[in-house]
Amino acid sequence: MKPISSTILSGFARVFGNATASCTRLRALALLAVIAALAAPDTRLMGVAFAASDAASANAAPAAAATGASASDTRPDIVKRGEYLARAGDCIACHTAPRGKMFGGGLAMETPFGTLYSPNISPDAQYGIGAWSPDAFFHMMRTGITPDGKLLYPAMPIAQYTKVTREDSDAIFAYLQSVPPVREASRPHTLKFPFNQRKLLLGWRTLYFREGEYKPDPTRSVEWNRGAYLVEGLGHCTLCHTKINLLGGSSQRDQFAGGLIPVQNWYAPSLTSDKDGGLGDWSVKDIVDLLQAGISDRGAVYGPMAEVTYHSLQYMSDDDIKAMAAYLKTLPDNDRGRKSGPSARTNTKVFELGNRIYLDKCALCHGQNGEGHVQHYPPLASNQSIEMNSAVNPIRIVLNGGFPPGTQRNPEPYGMPPFGQELSDTDAAAVVTYIRTAWGNHGAPVTEREVNELRKAPLH
Amino acid sequence: MRINAFSLTRLGVQRRTIGSSLLLVICAAWACATLAATDAAAPMPLAMDERVRACTSCHGAQGQGRDNDYFPRIAGKPADYLFNQLIAFRDGGRTYPPMGYLIAFLPDDYLHKISQYFADQQPPYPNSDTGNVPPAVLAYGERLVTHGDPARKLPACAACHGARLTGAQPGIPGLLGLHASYIAGQMGTWRSGTRHAVAPDCMHAIAVKLTDKDITAVSSWLARQPRPDDPRPAASSAGPLPLACGSQPQ
Repeated sequence: MKPISSTILSGFARVFGNATASCTRLRALALLAVIAALAAPDTRLMGVAFAASDAASANAAPAAAATGASASDTRPDIVKRGEYLARAGDCIACHTAPRGKMFGGGLAMETPFGTLYSPNISPDAQYGIGAWSPDAFFHMMRTGITPDGKLLYPAMPIAQYTKVTREDSDAIFAYLQSVPPVREASRPHTLKFPFNQRKLLLGWRTLYFREGEYKPDPTRSVEWNRGAYLVEGLGHCTLCHTKINLLGGSSQRDQFAGGLIPVQNWYAPSLTSDKDGGLGDWSVKDIVDLLQAGISDRGAVYGPMAEVTYHSLQYMSDDDIKAMAAYLKTLPDNDRGRKSGPSARTNTKVFELGNRIYLDKCALCHGQNGEGHVQHYPPLASNQSIEMNSAVNPIRIVLNGGFPPGTQRNPEPYGMPPFGQELSDTDAAAVVTYIRTAWGNHGAPVTEREVNELRKAPLH
Repeated sequence: MRINAFSLTRLGVQRRTIGSSLLLVICAAWACATLAATDAAAPMPLAMDERVRACTSCHGAQGQGRDNDYFPRIAGKPADYLFNQLIAFRDGGRTYPPMGYLIAFLPDDYLHKISQYFADQQPPYPNSDTGNVPPAVLAYGERLVTHGDPARKLPACAACHGARLTGAQPGIPGLLGLHASYIAGQMGTWRSGTRHAVAPDCMHAIAVKLTDKDITAVSSWLARQPRPDDPRPAASSAGPLPLACGSQPQ
């Protein structure tokens, strides 16, 4: 069966997983996604689901039996490679709590149906995964099932990690076994009934989880396939860059189509529409700079993407980042070309007010005409982040400011001040409206109400 | 009509910006020429003041703080103290979401540099608080600051923060130049355990012994002290601290 949509999984996982990354709270969409996931299977599918349940349990037993049966690889080059791959997978973002010990887990993910805690994946035999075998670890990566037969909640990006090769899984395991063990028990989830019934995940898995390693496309280059493997697998980019509907679902076409990240309230740009953030007119260098350094001629990473660059992408090799960029460049532009035509009409008074505020507070860095000063001060004219359909990101950046992440290539980033404390909703709406409609930009005006709503968005 | 007005406005804007741009280009050219004339090989300035605009927009251009209780003076405090605070905001020892958000993805090395930058600033102190506080309260505050309360095993503020109350390198901050309500607020967060310092957290140990009356008296008296003649922190603690502090290893 073709997945009804593996992206529904992504959507669901995004609701979970991305909140994981930034340790923020989850709300209604997550709940809807669960309901959708649980309610969708018809009885025939449920039959399949429970058959799968039995198979899963049957499979789990040998995996559990194998636990501890073979030792992890300790060769330094393999461990080093595993560290690199663990960074590509950004394991640390979720499996290390703030002020917590590395890979000791304990990051809280609050949801409307209770709290999930990331588990300890350090090599402690009692509390971590020290007693696991490479087989058991690989089985978990491929199937989303732990050695004791538990189904993982999709806060773990299992739909993406299933694409990881055995060799890479073994290397990651070798690395995880090499770090200091953490003698702290994983905190049990505190989910309410019925969400604490892991068997319910079976229906969801039947619909949205497709097990299997990444299959290279023989018509594409080695570089492209490497990029696709990293983006679709360990990088788990579709966790955020996927459009989900109100039920947490989406169609295959919406893979990489971007969307608002629930609860966190940042907009993940589309990668399949140049009108809404797509990379069609980006050079490979621009993409590489953005992902790896955190800044580029086109703009900087911010919000949740800053975290991804900080913990993960800055450590990727030039070749791998170029491969990812090469793959991303080939994603289709489903709504061809950038936005064009005249700028949206705005209220004259609002535009003038925005212009005054811009000249007073923004032009110093971003230039009189929004030309910026690359790469530290992003251009605002013809910047897709500014022109996107959603005004969430420009509003939040004006309110909250932000530093690009400090990276190996840009260790001392220039920060943008927050203006939320000195601009009223009216002023902030005016200046964002100005930025989105001046200099030929094609964004739509924003309202005071939108600004006010985003003052409540979670920050840290 | 409205469209016409709008168009005219836009044209006006356009004219102004073109004019300004020209001016900017001329200025830039002049600046380059000047720079070239003085020192052709001059490296790019470190431009820390540029990099930390996100800090100074609230804490003041030199970190002198704002005339409110949210954005305290950070200038001239010991660099390690400032670094400890940044780490705490970043990693959860102190909770103020706008701060934590801003520096969430800045590495330690850069936070050290930012701390040193503000530690090196010595802008003028603000005027002292002049609000009406009963003399008895001030007298009590002064006694606690300078002598503590031995009966309750409360050390004097001055025992750690220095006789001049300007702090001590490397990790003890000065207490002057802050608003009374800011100081009181921090005492409250230490007392309730929402602000943490490096263990052992001596300020928490002290704050849990403080009554509201103590906090009001101490913060009122501190905020009324005149600008110190020498605002720099002492080079080191004058003697052994009355209790162990993780921020000031001895």
